[in-house]
Amino acid sequence: MILEAKNISFRYGKDTRQILNDFSLQIESRERVGIVAKSGFGKTTFCKILAGYEKPDQGEVLLDGKPLSAWDGYCPVQMIWQHPEQVVNPRLRMREVLKEGDEVEESVIRGLGIEKDWQNRFPAEISGGEMQRFCIARALGKRTRFLLADEISTMLDLITQSQIWSFLVEEVEKREIGLLAVSHSMPLLEQVCTRICYLEEKKD
Amino acid sequence: MKEKKVILDIRDFSVSFEQYEKGFSKTGLPVIRNLDVTVHEGEMVAVVGSSGSGKSLLAHGILGILPYNATMGGELMFDGEPLTRKRQKALRGNEIVLVPQSVAFLDPLMKIGPQIRKGKKDRASREKLNRIFRGYHLKEEVQNLYPFELSGGMNRRVLVSTALMGNPKLVIADEPTPGLHMDMVRRVMSHFRELADQGAGVLLITHDLEQALEVADRVVVFYAGTTVEDAAASDFGSEETLRHPYSRALWRALPQNGFQFIQGVQPYVKDLPSGCPFGPRCEFCTESCKAAVPYRQVRGGRVRCVMAGREKGAEEMLQSAKEPSARLAAAGKHHTGAAERRCAPEPLVAGHEADHDKKMRSAV
Repeated sequence: MILEAKNISFRYGKDTRQILNDFSLQIESRERVGIVAKSGFGKTTFCKILAGYEKPDQGEVLLDGKPLSAWDGYCPVQMIWQHPEQVVNPRLRMREVLKEGDEVEESVIRGLGIEKDWQNRFPAEISGGEMQRFCIARALGKRTRFLLADEISTMLDLITQSQIWSFLVEEVEKREIGLLAVSHSMPLLEQVCTRICYLEEKKD
Repeated sequence: MKEKKVILDIRDFSVSFEQYEKGFSKTGLPVIRNLDVTVHEGEMVAVVGSSGSGKSLLAHGILGILPYNATMGGELMFDGEPLTRKRQKALRGNEIVLVPQSVAFLDPLMKIGPQIRKGKKDRASREKLNRIFRGYHLKEEVQNLYPFELSGGMNRRVLVSTALMGNPKLVIADEPTPGLHMDMVRRVMSHFRELADQGAGVLLITHDLEQALEVADRVVVFYAGTTVEDAAASDFGSEETLRHPYSRALWRALPQNGFQFIQGVQPYVKDLPSGCPFGPRCEFCTESCKAAVPYRQVRGGRVRCVMAGREKGAEEMLQSAKEPSARLAAAGKHHTGAAERRCAPEPLVAGHEADHDKKMRSAV
């Protein structure tokens, strides 16, 4: 499978800065692509467009040649957000948060080190690192084909970070999921990715 | 470094939270125990550790801004005198400055300029602020805006400017750089370094070990609310020079050092094992680790580990780290090895270990 972003331009509202300008990128499954860019470049926005949360002003996102909107039901492109606490419903128990997307396999839950009794807690009762594990599990539903990881480990300590990334790389390889990783940390991307893109803003 | 004056000396510091369980029965939740940190004049000390290891609580404890249900214990010395509540109140914001973790610490109802100048309107402070802001690429107009009108990164830079405004003796920076890109992180760090070079003590709280190593003089490692190691930043150059197994695990988890990880998670304060909190995840854990572990001097640093400094142990740890599959086997070997060295044929029992500890302690 190929996830393709074609000539994407985007800005929030009318009078704000142009964030993405004629930006294209291709990711194949089995590929792990890293993105490095300055803050304010629009990395998060780009991930949101790829996952279908935002519509680009120009350009299109194609999954195997078909526009993303043509895929019914569960979106095969899933995003893991930078701030897990902002993307879980505070009124759901973590067990229910896990069920929000597609079915998540038991091996994923175990692989991420999610413990049984965390699942009965509410989001306010677990730590950021624990919550991010749930968010990763939620994004790794059975039908996920592409995974977008937007700075998913900045709030984690080193050991948790390497635990989670080792699992992710293994899982993504096993299931042939294409991965897009956004991070400020070059050593991390060098470890994780098969290809790294350095992005700079066009000066015109 | 030794002749320099000690700015901050924290000994056996503890924090516990009072909680209601069921009905009116209260329990104490000891989130920080046995915490030791010293900061000298002109020194930058980084505090690293996993989230939830009590790093921010330490900062708030020093400033006396812990929530009302917290009880502190231990010794807090600032500039040679005990840091009492009254003194904390007088010193915070002047001689002790905090660069807080969250941009939510800015007053949302006050414009940036007056807020950072603390209401001062004289020319000197205006000019100083302009100069600082220019250094962070913040335009002068920013001073007339409210915090909500700025981006996350801009608010961050505003927070860091607060530390540069006064002439503090101690700067506590609590995770000052998340959400900033690399160049800006470097610039912010170099400013803290400058403050230290001008004679202030800087306590940098972070989980970004890589960043910390670039600028700090010493690194204090936290685990589950306890200091486990106090090492020179240069000790993190290689695994052998580190003293505590947790610090070594951190070192190995750095992406450039192999990105290895250890199993398990940091225990919740209520489920802490007796003795060494790292015990359940440590491959060298023995019976003697279950008693109270002293904080002792080893090779120029301090460590809270029974095993550290026993040269043979260190060698084997290193070996086993290189071949992870052989780790457990090596750990087993190590125990018998240690026993052989001390008292040849007798089986290894807890009493011997404890005995040995006492000797070690008296020797130190």
